[in-house]
Amino acid sequence: MALLDIRNLTVAFDTSVGLFKAVDGIDVSVDAREVLAIVGESGSGKSVAMLAVMGLLPASATVTADKMEFEGKNLMAMTAQQKRRIIGKDIAMIFQEPVASLNPCFTIGFQIEEVLSRHMGLNGRAARDRAIELLQLVGIKDGADRLGAFPHQMSGGQCQRVMIAMAIACSPKLLIADEPTTALDVTIQKQILDLLVKLQADTGMGLIMITHDMGVVAETADRVIVQYKGHKMEEADVLTLFENPASNYTRALLSALPENAVGDRLPTVADYNFAHDLGAGQ
Amino acid sequence: MSTPVLEVRDLKRDYVTSGGLFRPARVVHAVKGVNFRLEKGKTLAVVGESGCGKSTLARMITLIDQQTSGDILIDGEKVDKSHGVTKAMRQKVQIVFQNPYGSLNPRQKIGDVLSEPLLLNTSMSKEERRQKAMQMLLKVGLGPEHFNRYPHMFSGGQRQRIAIARALMLNPSFLVLDEPVSALDLSVQAQILNLLKDLQDEFGLTYVFISHDLSVVRYIADEVMVMYFGDVVEHGTRDEVFGNPQHAYTRTLFAATPKSSVESIKERLAKKKALAG
Repeated sequence: MALLDIRNLTVAFDTSVGLFKAVDGIDVSVDAREVLAIVGESGSGKSVAMLAVMGLLPASATVTADKMEFEGKNLMAMTAQQKRRIIGKDIAMIFQEPVASLNPCFTIGFQIEEVLSRHMGLNGRAARDRAIELLQLVGIKDGADRLGAFPHQMSGGQCQRVMIAMAIACSPKLLIADEPTTALDVTIQKQILDLLVKLQADTGMGLIMITHDMGVVAETADRVIVQYKGHKMEEADVLTLFENPASNYTRALLSALPENAVGDRLPTVADYNFAHDLGAGQ
Repeated sequence: MSTPVLEVRDLKRDYVTSGGLFRPARVVHAVKGVNFRLEKGKTLAVVGESGCGKSTLARMITLIDQQTSGDILIDGEKVDKSHGVTKAMRQKVQIVFQNPYGSLNPRQKIGDVLSEPLLLNTSMSKEERRQKAMQMLLKVGLGPEHFNRYPHMFSGGQRQRIAIARALMLNPSFLVLDEPVSALDLSVQAQILNLLKDLQDEFGLTYVFISHDLSVVRYIADEVMVMYFGDVVEHGTRDEVFGNPQHAYTRTLFAATPKSSVESIKERLAKKKALAG
């Protein structure tokens, strides 16, 4: 049984010019111990699909799906209270802007301990010790000293580590990482990606990487879903995708990588015709 | 040898943090002595992670911030800070910033964004300014219908095109591009890089390209300068730096760049399998 199994997910937003379908009939499934990458440009609906799972979409969004199950439990039929027990505990998410996702008014220690007390019932000394342990796990060595630090006193990479520590605080079964390294430098990106992959391998959780960077996909994923304008263009294991992409859109994305430049010009997505693929996906 | 468009000699910049009652003021050496010459029509890429001083360097050569010591020569002419920077000098230098959402005035129409530099720096008539702005708009791949629109009506890639067009209005000697594509999607990034190359070929533009993305640098640069904590640790032609990196930090940067070749994916998957099995 898949850890997360979604069939025919559609997310529509109510706008002044009518209904806009950000995600249109997408199937996603992830197994435990698997790294799934969802790739696409901005506007492809890659984040929206996962926000729908987390229940983080604004009220103007309508979510429909034939099936949305986590460990066999139907997420669509749950009450908000039941869902809160899963979200943040068994399914955790980290976001693109680490500095913006932390509350600037509280110390990082308070914010990590809050998660522990809410979901694990840990308080006081026990929560503090676990928080230090978590910081150590994500590579912040002087955890005991850093608990009293505010987000603005830490670098972007450090903040992302704190976010990861909060996300894995309750040993989630599924971690969704939404562009976790886009705001970071290459050297820090490498450290964070290595950390995520290591944590995933050690704990056996499922990991969904949402990204627009083909390099990140190549470095982390087992399986890849390519999305464009709310449609799934292709789903393949990572090697097949890079070696022998089935859709023209994937080919276009790969050739837009500067290291794949042929001659003097970079091919852009507009140079490829993939209207056919889009039609086939519908 | 011809006069370089931009020459920088032993450029330094220190920042002094304000001390408190019990805390002495501290001096941060953001840029510690940079030297380079840049010929017309070439691209110099400055690479390094955040905090290495590359943006401080950009602010100095665009005459936004003053250097602590050292000389900047533009078209062989020394920028004399004691007499203030002349208008003519400022016209020779333009900059494009990283975030196209923050660098355009939301209340200004695109046509006005483009003609404002002409209004301030030349004595052209209104009609002439309009014509020049329209020409430039077309040059960067936008249409005449965009002339009267506001910035919020454009996508990130289009806004970056507008920022580039604005920078080119006064025919600058060189253009500083501060991470111009790092906020953009992969395919839009490719379009902007193509545009920059086309413009360079057409007008013989000189670029100082600041980036932390080595794959982009490899594509666009003629010369590469690697900075680390305010020092230049490596400086050479693109082929020298990429083919045979000398400094340990450069090699660290290369190792950190994600590899998307089929061989490297195979290698990673094999390693993972070995660990799991």
